[in-house]
Amino acid sequence: MLDNTIYNERLDTMNDVKISARGVNVFYADTHAIKDVDVDIKDKMVTSFIGPSGCGKSTFLRCLNRMNDTIDICRVTGDIRMDGQDINAKEVDPVQLRAKVGMVFQKPNPFPKSIYDNVSYGPRIHGMARTKAEMDEIVEKSLRRGALWDEVKDRLHAPGTGLSGGQQQRLCIARAVATEPQVLLMDEPCSALDPIATAQIEELIEELRQNFSVVIVTHSMQQAARVSQRTAFFHLGNLVEYGETGQIFTNPTDSRTESYITGRIG
Amino acid sequence: MTDATQSPAQGSLSAYDAHTAKRNTAEKRFRAYGLTAIVIALTLLVILFTTIIRSGAPAFTRTVVEIDFTLTTPQFEAAEKKLLKTKEYNMLFAGFVADAISDGALDQAAVAASLERILGKVGGDIRTHYRANPGDLDTPVAFELSTSSRAEQYLAGDITRDTLVDSRFLTAADLDVIDRMKDAGFIKTALDTTFLFGADAGVDNPGGAGIGVAVIGSFFMMLVVLVVSLPVAVAASIYLEEFAPQNWFTDLIEVNISNLAAVPSIVFGILGLAVFIQFAHLPQSSPIVGGLVLALMTLPTIIIATRAALKAVPPSIRDAALGLGASKTQAVFHHVLPLAAPGILTGTIIGLAQALGETAPLLLIGMVGFVAREYPDGLVSGFTDANSAMPAQIYTWASRADPGFYEKAWGGIIILLIFLLSMNIIAIILRKRFERRW
Repeated sequence: MLDNTIYNERLDTMNDVKISARGVNVFYADTHAIKDVDVDIKDKMVTSFIGPSGCGKSTFLRCLNRMNDTIDICRVTGDIRMDGQDINAKEVDPVQLRAKVGMVFQKPNPFPKSIYDNVSYGPRIHGMARTKAEMDEIVEKSLRRGALWDEVKDRLHAPGTGLSGGQQQRLCIARAVATEPQVLLMDEPCSALDPIATAQIEELIEELRQNFSVVIVTHSMQQAARVSQRTAFFHLGNLVEYGETGQIFTNPTDSRTESYITGRIG
Repeated sequence: MTDATQSPAQGSLSAYDAHTAKRNTAEKRFRAYGLTAIVIALTLLVILFTTIIRSGAPAFTRTVVEIDFTLTTPQFEAAEKKLLKTKEYNMLFAGFVADAISDGALDQAAVAASLERILGKVGGDIRTHYRANPGDLDTPVAFELSTSSRAEQYLAGDITRDTLVDSRFLTAADLDVIDRMKDAGFIKTALDTTFLFGADAGVDNPGGAGIGVAVIGSFFMMLVVLVVSLPVAVAASIYLEEFAPQNWFTDLIEVNISNLAAVPSIVFGILGLAVFIQFAHLPQSSPIVGGLVLALMTLPTIIIATRAALKAVPPSIRDAALGLGASKTQAVFHHVLPLAAPGILTGTIIGLAQALGETAPLLLIGMVGFVAREYPDGLVSGFTDANSAMPAQIYTWASRADPGFYEKAWGGIIILLIFLLSMNIIAIILRKRFERRW
């Protein structure tokens, strides 16, 4: 099952690996959704997961911040380490983990509160600011990182749900980076957006790479090619191929990858 | 396949084919059914409200005899020397009325006897007034005197000369006196404050009966219901909806909650009697027991509404909060619960309105109408003193023989409906406000 390239990759890049997953299996009741997946997520890089619908890429993404814990029937086995620490260990609190591994969802889901409250919620529950001034600073910094500050600085107390779809998604990104995570998981962040908003988000991802490792699940192969340095191709719960984005798109080793990229399956 | 898709295109667009005509007829027919149903429902509603208002409105007014009576100082002094003082005042008043309405055609003694049946013994009231206010002597003083229920029924047309059977309550001669007083303009209509603020009265005194004490009883009961059932129901719903694992045990609880909502209210009454009164020895007929019984009855209603409201909050909001590192409790209390609040509020008020109109369980724990005899002294006794509630009071009145209570029952229903209506309006206002905030 495990093919050589993956092992070689792992050996090459051990030094700057942020998250390493080994032998991950996910079961939804009786369905085997993820089959023995090994992946290394590198620090300060964008990794994209591509593959046809239902191939398990989102499920795997949700393993990385233990969001699958919230689904009763979901069972995860295998070894996922962040900076060498097992994130599924008993003594790891998923709540603390999720502050370090932020997540942006497919559909923009701002809280039905003000823009300010949306961004300040994470820092507030984690006690990151002691004074109003500190909080203001965090909010401004996060909104700048989300490339939204200039558009909303005059209406921070307007409801977040009143923004356009693209702005809402950038607000969600700003909200996620406000807790200073080390990894940012994005589950098809552009699938509900128009091309212009998508371009803005992609630009933003490139900037976010300076400070975070970014993992992005996408249906658009062009997007994966544009934004990511490394790409993993999932098919029917298997990790088929994982490597440099350029290599995956120009010279895939597996015939399934080639078929998917050229549009013959998927 | 090709034939089938092309065939509609072959016919003219302006002419209906058989299928379309049939479909359109079916649609028109269905609309007509719906419209008919709505018209029938509205008609029944209008009939209901007209009946209630027409039958209940008289309960809010009472007929009074208003006479400017003048007592001279010599009359006062003479009367005070008599042995039977109030009788003397009765006679003086009757004489005054007899002069005013008949120019002496009627005998003073006969008028006095009639007035006693129409107005009751007024001599005592008059004497008390002049002894307290001697300055009013020799000047006209407006006395407002309540009429007996029989006299009121005659004035309302419920008793006529033909149907009148002479009795110790009303005779044919009294009717003459009433007619003459009416012609003289002494008979007036006034707002019946006794009905609005008074307590229940004896079975032969519908005029003195009021719903005020029962309103207070209902109020204290609703307080108990709110304080007991809302926190319990919301806590139970949040646990079941957000935290509980899905297994046979939670399924069982779920089925039982739905069943509980369908249990007849009288069963809750007997439960309350057995548990709260016979076992826990809480005071019988008290609003606290009534409130606890109704709280049990309201719980499933609020739980079902709250769970529906929680379910309606999009899961993406929970994901967003959890994804930021909020704990499950934080996600629920910071985000889910505020969004579900309007739904919870509506469910609660519907539950309370249901409880407010409930009669059967109250009868079982002794909150029948006739115990509502006086206002509670304070907050504590408001919960513990024997009292009734609006629907139980209405039930008690409706079952009494005196027709005067019949209109009181209708009047009580109007009051009850006003309370229910205002509760619904409050629910709508609060709901709108909450929704605007979010």
